Amino acid sequence: MERNLTHIALFAALIAVLGLVPKIDLAAGVPITAQSLGIMLCGTVLGARRGALAVLLFLALVAAGLPLLSGGRGGLGVFAGPSVGYLVGFPVAAFVTGWLMERTTLSTGLAAGAASVIGGIGVLYVFGIGGMALMLGVTPTEAAFLGMAFLPGDIVKAVLAGMVTQSLARMRPASLLSRA
Amino acid sequence: MLTLTSPVEIWAHRLPAGLKLGFLALATSGLFMLDRPLWLAAAALAAAGLYASAGGRFALAGLRLLRPLWPFLVVVGLWHLWTGAWQAGGVILLRMATAVALANFVTMTTRLSDMIATVQRLARPLAVVGLSPRRLALAMALVIRFIPVMLERMEQITQSWRARSPRSPRWRVLVPATLAALDDADRAAEALRARGGAG
Repeated sequence: MERNLTHIALFAALIAVLGLVPKIDLAAGVPITAQSLGIMLCGTVLGARRGALAVLLFLALVAAGLPLLSGGRGGLGVFAGPSVGYLVGFPVAAFVTGWLMERTTLSTGLAAGAASVIGGIGVLYVFGIGGMALMLGVTPTEAAFLGMAFLPGDIVKAVLAGMVTQSLARMRPASLLSRA
Repeated sequence: MLTLTSPVEIWAHRLPAGLKLGFLALATSGLFMLDRPLWLAAAALAAAGLYASAGGRFALAGLRLLRPLWPFLVVVGLWHLWTGAWQAGGVILLRMATAVALANFVTMTTRLSDMIATVQRLARPLAVVGLSPRRLALAMALVIRFIPVMLERMEQITQSWRARSPRSPRWRVLVPATLAALDDADRAAEALRARGGAG
């Protein structure tokens, strides 16, 4: 009981901390932050239900006015901006990533990487691009063009999520709740 | 340091937590609607005035709370200077510093128990779906408390990497940082159980 609670809380904090890591611009000028890596790790390490709850807890604190989103954003304003789709998609992405992680029989690292690609990129992009199309009044295709700028960075992050999860499985097998 | 609440009692301590949270949410949303450096500078001055109204000791404690932000401010600032987008950089820096300062101000002037009581009140409807307000409030307090701890740990990991290698650690901090989060979670769970559980 307490272990569930603290794991959810600590991973919500981890999402926040990863978002505070300074932005690195790739060669093409594409900004990437590690925040979505935190979302992926919530799914691959905590599993579907706990992972989604950790993300919801993180979002609740953002909504309360704490500037925890990457780039120091926060407050109720972000839920009225063009990237609101990504915020709505965050808990769903963590849930799908965790759900896949719990069910697949692949080896841990491979499973985490693949689950991150499907949940943390595929599912998240559907929400994010849909949200942008809605908020900016553009077609989903045009919004997808905007959203694709983040694809190279997100693929790197999915690979990293796989590697980190595999390392954790080696060092703290009991802590990998998604595979418990 | 058990909580971030300031031991120096000021006028804002006497305001109800719900009111302060409401103002914070409003002010933060307002900050993100401003994109002119001048207006943001005015907002930053207003936030500074808020701290100044509480006296020197409180303002110093507030500055200390902003200290973990400095490396990020410097890096973001230098980066934008280098790319020539100094105005965009200034906007980001002012906004971040002001928003954090305002959030800190509410945290510093609201006892954890008051904050928890407010969250419990707001989250009461969620009890229908099985989420006890008490546990939600506890989880929120844990996140708020552990963010500075984890930032500091990340910095320590980076420093110790730098002591061993001329290269930048980049993604290599991820495994030790996540590992530390898992260990912290286990220790916090033990500590909670020893103090009567999460309820």
